[in-house]
Amino acid sequence: MDDGVRRETGGYIGQSVPRREDKNLLLGQANFVADMQLPGMVHAAFARSPLPHAKILSVDVTAARAMEGVVFAASGDDVMAALPPINGMQVVTPQGWRDRVDTDILIPDQPLIPNDKLRYVGEAYALVVADSRYIAEDALELIEPDLEPLQPLADAESALADDAPLLHEHLGRNVAAFLHTKKGAGAAAMENVPHRISRRFVHHRYAAMPMECRGVVADYDTRTDTLTVWSSTQVVHWVRREVATALGMPEERVRCIAPDVGGGFGGKGHVYPEDILVAWLAREIGRPVKWIEDRHEHILNAAHSRDNIYDVEIGFDDDGKILALTSSFLVDSGAYTPVGAGIAGNSIAHMLGPYHIENYETDCRVVLTNRTPNAPYRGAGRPEVGFAMERSVDLVANYLGLDPAEVRFRNMIPPEDMPYEVGLTYRDGVPMVYDSGDYPKALRRALEELGGLEAIRQRQKDALAEGRYIGLGLGCYVEGTGVGPFEGATVKIDPTGKIMVAAGACPQGQGHETIFAQFAADMWQVPIDDVYVTVADTGHVSQGYGTIASRSTVTASGAIKLATDEVHQKVFAIAANMLETAEADLELRDAGVGVKGVPDMHVSYRDIANAAKPGWGHQRPEGVVAGLESTSYYEPPTVTWSYAANASLVEVDVETGQIRIEKYVEVHDAGVLVNPKLADGQVKGGLVQGLGGALLEELAYDDQGQLLTGSLADYLIPTASDVPPLSVVHQETPSPLNAFGVKGLGEGGAIAPPVVIANAVCDALRPFKAELNSTPVRWADVAAFFDGNPANV
Amino acid sequence: MTDTRKITVTVNGERLTGAAEPRMLLVDFLRDELRRTGTHVGCEHGVCGACTVIIDGDAARSCLMFAVQADGAEISTIEGLATNGEMHPLQKLFSEHHALQCGFCTPGMLMTAMDLVHNSKDHSPEAIRIGMSAALCRCTGYVGIIEAVTEYARQVHGDAAVADRDSGEHSHG
Repeated sequence: MDDGVRRETGGYIGQSVPRREDKNLLLGQANFVADMQLPGMVHAAFARSPLPHAKILSVDVTAARAMEGVVFAASGDDVMAALPPINGMQVVTPQGWRDRVDTDILIPDQPLIPNDKLRYVGEAYALVVADSRYIAEDALELIEPDLEPLQPLADAESALADDAPLLHEHLGRNVAAFLHTKKGAGAAAMENVPHRISRRFVHHRYAAMPMECRGVVADYDTRTDTLTVWSSTQVVHWVRREVATALGMPEERVRCIAPDVGGGFGGKGHVYPEDILVAWLAREIGRPVKWIEDRHEHILNAAHSRDNIYDVEIGFDDDGKILALTSSFLVDSGAYTPVGAGIAGNSIAHMLGPYHIENYETDCRVVLTNRTPNAPYRGAGRPEVGFAMERSVDLVANYLGLDPAEVRFRNMIPPEDMPYEVGLTYRDGVPMVYDSGDYPKALRRALEELGGLEAIRQRQKDALAEGRYIGLGLGCYVEGTGVGPFEGATVKIDPTGKIMVAAGACPQGQGHETIFAQFAADMWQVPIDDVYVTVADTGHVSQGYGTIASRSTVTASGAIKLATDEVHQKVFAIAANMLETAEADLELRDAGVGVKGVPDMHVSYRDIANAAKPGWGHQRPEGVVAGLESTSYYEPPTVTWSYAANASLVEVDVETGQIRIEKYVEVHDAGVLVNPKLADGQVKGGLVQGLGGALLEELAYDDQGQLLTGSLADYLIPTASDVPPLSVVHQETPSPLNAFGVKGLGEGGAIAPPVVIANAVCDALRPFKAELNSTPVRWADVAAFFDGNPANV
Repeated sequence: MTDTRKITVTVNGERLTGAAEPRMLLVDFLRDELRRTGTHVGCEHGVCGACTVIIDGDAARSCLMFAVQADGAEISTIEGLATNGEMHPLQKLFSEHHALQCGFCTPGMLMTAMDLVHNSKDHSPEAIRIGMSAALCRCTGYVGIIEAVTEYARQVHGDAAVADRDSGEHSHG
């Protein structure tokens, strides 16, 4: 954490400033959506499909509606008559991407409650609102749906079969998106390579699984025709947009607030039907309405993720130099695909990772099935493609008898080639250029953290002689972060002289209020307590985008800077007028503006704010409009590229197949770290989620499309005793693309662990020529190698 | 199901009475009837531990109990840890060690740790890891949590109590 090229600001940026968020959370004074209680509030509950694919013949809510304590009930017919579906394209793809990547996209809209058919287990077919949640759930029992089971599309491959029924008939196919892209000669280059390996890699289905499920409270004010929606979301401005659109209201009359949000990790990163339905119910009923998702609902109904199948071919020469790479992959998107082809778009852009590879071609199908909708979860297409790629690199090494580390070094882009033009297009439509970094150094340091490659190999050899199986697993990735299209911020100086910052970001535990205060305190040269930060409230920033895709540090800091720059100009102009001096002689100091070198010549921000006011007695020079406030939008030129090298040592138990992780290392570079302690926490938290995905977590479906893992007793989240010793080392290579040199880091930790663990286990089992090419890595599969009958080759 | 019972509990030293149907979960009674929303609901099936409170001295899942079962009980919740707004040492340690991000699991995590440090005899690293496995955190990877709880156990029981008793082997995997 102490080396690299940290910029010396002399301020708060770069300091592990304690989090201002902690106090309320620790005292039990936080305000999560579930904590809200408004006068007259009623409670919504949803009846959810027990079948993966069914025709709705009828849904009768009469008895439920008549029950004492019930104030409202609606079937899909009622809802469809009142409200349009959610537009399938919540995320608009830029023209530049569609121009440069071959796409054929047909994203289905999502009905808020369907009335024709049900498409996954957990999809709502009716709702009830009652005086309490208990009564609402009682009333759900009185709703008798008449459902005709249809043949389920249990997974992506069966949905592609010639005789498969259509999930969304009007689309005429079960593929939401075809993507194709190519670099160099693409697949044709495979003809001329000395060696080729082809394999199938499967990355299973798991999910964000935040500790707080989703929840929405809405309140409609008749007098002002205004709706306020509190949602446990990562994207308040999207919720505002979709609510306003569906309800036919101006966006200005809808305010969306995400209060304390108990984790998101992507799972709360788009608009869900309940966001709109609860808002509609509040207006329809004329009372505040609350819906809190329970855990069973969350597992069935909140977005799942991963669930990809990759067919990869890798071509290479005798030295292990990768000459060509092709992949064809399927994304099981489930019944809807709320973030479109975003995950697949990430995957095709990230496959080459930190390596220089001349020829690459990939195609993808995003397939509609009767599973829960698939949306980005921490990593969003990168863990999946990283698994395929980094397993392939190990296979090359094994084939040639080279060390996997050596093959990586031979193919890595050297630091002197930065910035590096990749030859592909990012999903923001801009040609990809890795902006800065030292990839080989990260890998060397990761190996050093485990004692160095030579020592590791010696230990492994010695252990093997004792009948013990130790393996080294490596995994490297690059990650486009801080993606556009924009973020918004409002900066103003309050009449009290305090700095008020509002940003469109919507944190779920990252500590944005603290780090945005760090940025602003440095920009204004004030004590950090003079900065007040508001996030996740559309009432404070006119346009915002939200906290997804490892973007908020980069994009919100950019917006805060633009807004600050504008206010700075006015502050200097007014201070110059007040101090009767030239602007060039002024500097920010001591919570105000002073004349350089003249300690007594100073006006405070409070004085300047009052001088800037409209009306009699203002002290603005001619041409300076009243007020010290600016709302600005940062539109990043393109993404910044974070990257990491991961390495882990594991020992595999011969008897049980148990995988004991001795140590897990990530050397991570996210540019300048604004708050090293929080950055470290993000990476480590991500690593443990990645390890959960590698070893424990699985949303398992049977061949009839039924989800088998509907509770936290079945879906295993890592516990404290599952966590191995973690070592995170930060390189800090500033990004040249923004004023602070920052890159994003929210997702990175979760990307590599699945492949690192698979590679480590395969390395440990090299005497058996073991290959584990699918996740999760199960003890039973490992033990099978010792028994001589591997199931998973 | 509308017959309600009068239930009296002592929450953080304060005697409180409310009405609950026999089927009402204790956690819903605390949150919705008594308006003590510091205690959270994460799964309603006893796995995640977000609803952990101390009932008559022992940690318990308030989502796995009915309010009527707690009639007359002494309950400690997160709201009672601080004294006159001054954070409890464990709360301070959580902040210092960045043992919380979103903070949703934190109430259950703190009550689990209070029970572990004050009621358990074993405070070795292994015991703390296993003990803290009673509550799930999705944000932190438990790194800061284990550090904070270990430090708190050290403050309460001394250095020797938290020493690694393992014989050089790594104590977890």
